[in-house]
Amino acid sequence: MSAIMTVEDLRVSFATEDGVVKAVDGVSFELAAGEVLAIVGESGCGKSVTAQTLTGLTRASNARITGSVNYRGREINGLTDNQLRDVRGEQIAMVFQDPMCALNPVYRVGDQITEMIRAHRDVSKKEAKAKAIELLRSVGIPNADRRVRLYPHEFSGGMRQRVMIAMALALEPDVLIADEPTTALDVTIQAQILQLIDRLNRERDLAVIIITHDLGVVAEIADRVLVMYAGQVVEDATLDEIFYEPKHPYTWGLLGSLARLDQPRTTRLTQISGAPPSLLAPPAGCRFAPRCSHVFDKCTELPPLEARTGGTHLDRCWLDPDIKAHRGSERVAHHG
Amino acid sequence: MARFVARRLLGMTAVLFAISVIVFLIFNVIPNSDPAARIAGKNADPALIARVNADLGLDKPLPVQYLTMMKQIFTGQLTSYAKDRNVVQQIWEGVPATFSLCIGAAVLWMSLAILFGYLSAVHAGRFADRALTILSLVGISMPVFWLAAMLLYFLSFKVELFPTGSYVPLTESPGDWAYHLILPWFTLAVLFVGIYSRVLRSNMLDAMNEDYVRTARAKGLSERQVRIRHVLRNSMIPVITLFGLDFGMVVGGGAILTETVYNLDGVGLYAGEAIRSLDLPPLMAVVMFGAFFIVFFNTIVDILYAVLDPRIRLGEAAPA
Repeated sequence: MSAIMTVEDLRVSFATEDGVVKAVDGVSFELAAGEVLAIVGESGCGKSVTAQTLTGLTRASNARITGSVNYRGREINGLTDNQLRDVRGEQIAMVFQDPMCALNPVYRVGDQITEMIRAHRDVSKKEAKAKAIELLRSVGIPNADRRVRLYPHEFSGGMRQRVMIAMALALEPDVLIADEPTTALDVTIQAQILQLIDRLNRERDLAVIIITHDLGVVAEIADRVLVMYAGQVVEDATLDEIFYEPKHPYTWGLLGSLARLDQPRTTRLTQISGAPPSLLAPPAGCRFAPRCSHVFDKCTELPPLEARTGGTHLDRCWLDPDIKAHRGSERVAHHG
Repeated sequence: MARFVARRLLGMTAVLFAISVIVFLIFNVIPNSDPAARIAGKNADPALIARVNADLGLDKPLPVQYLTMMKQIFTGQLTSYAKDRNVVQQIWEGVPATFSLCIGAAVLWMSLAILFGYLSAVHAGRFADRALTILSLVGISMPVFWLAAMLLYFLSFKVELFPTGSYVPLTESPGDWAYHLILPWFTLAVLFVGIYSRVLRSNMLDAMNEDYVRTARAKGLSERQVRIRHVLRNSMIPVITLFGLDFGMVVGGGAILTETVYNLDGVGLYAGEAIRSLDLPPLMAVVMFGAFFIVFFNTIVDILYAVLDPRIRLGEAAPA
């Protein structure tokens, strides 16, 4: 698979009253056409900022963005605000966490979709409305021709998120960025939304970047997983590699805190002790070191490892490969 | 909707009733307000005062007096004690001037407030914002009577750029009508431009951080479309609310100072005279007139609010 988006050494920092917050600090990854990439990490690890920077949404007077976001040969960080408009919605569309807040409460959902279509395409109101109804239908909203006239508050949470997705698909983009699309929904609705995204991915060959802190979501839908911690990528691997051969102690921690049906009920969930570091003055060396039970001198003295094993598995931990393999297989054996 | 209107009409009647009773009672307890004594002159003998009282019906019990007065207001028969002229007719004659002043000023203050508030919010923290902030604070701080007097003095007497007041009916000469009203419009608008532009600015700054604004950007709308269709549109809801209340207030007596200084023959000027001569019938009629418009525009605002914000439904329970 060839990459349609290449992110290299992306850094986003915000000047605040307390100092400069390095929200994203040297993130690199590739997105292949038709791939589902999950970006995982706890709150404040920079996953949302990373995602929003991909379409320039973090541009602000107090923001500093460096590095490269290359989309099909086009450098997004270098585009003017006007040029960005061709990328937004047209090539890369976004779906946000809470569809109640992400849709404008004072406009009918149909008008919010046609507004987007008409901002990019020279079509009549009538054509745009027909397209909006068709889109709502395609994401599984019943009575779409009637519901197109309703306001966001007249929909349930799951239906609202379907509206958001329908809107994102309006211009047939190549990439869908979904920023915690299921976090605000209850579990059964979560599954439906994930199935919808999965179906769109397969039917339309739509590449998806899904931001989440929920490894259950990841297991359900992702092809590749990018694990982020304190503004940096700590592990980047295929779904199977993350679940069966995790190399970074932080990933171990995340997996250990996941409740699984295939475990005996007596198995206790583990937690990662401590809290993530301040992004104002992150620790030198590996940022996870202060919370890591395997920490040794190399972790704090040197910058994190940057190794690719098996070609694509990015590993950023200095631990001995044998120990990692042992821990990894121990987990699998234990949970198997 | 029908239930809502019915309820509001009922409430409106109750409010007007309460206000009229209060005004009536206040008038009857304030010292030196006995109309008979004032009409009969300084050294009137008790017999004359008694005759005046009988003429005006003031010898009857208070509830009867009140009911008579209300009946006269609504049948248009009320006459003033002091001048023996039909009060309702006089208010009616003042309506064109008052409405010309208030509507013109409202158009001016809304347009300027939206323009200034928008510019302030878009350039928040920069020079334009600071300059507009200072300007609006100056506008808010200036008393209307002082501003009106200063404008009259400098622009009418010293430079003779504008007429020195008085009202020319629109039907007589639209040009002169506007020319005579420019200074009064400006005077009345200044305070509201200051307040509204500040309110709009802060609403817009809040709205800019809303998720739906980020969505609008992610949709690939131009910055202008994002600002006008999403930020400004949603920020206008509280401003419209304020406007309805203030416009009712201005029509219902808030323009009294402006009308007085510029000698505009409106309801406000008439109210001022009535207050000075402690004349109950015109006072009562003017208060009812004002209260009616305040309550009326309050209702309009409530209806408009539901139009502007579809999440609000009138008179029915919100869907779960």
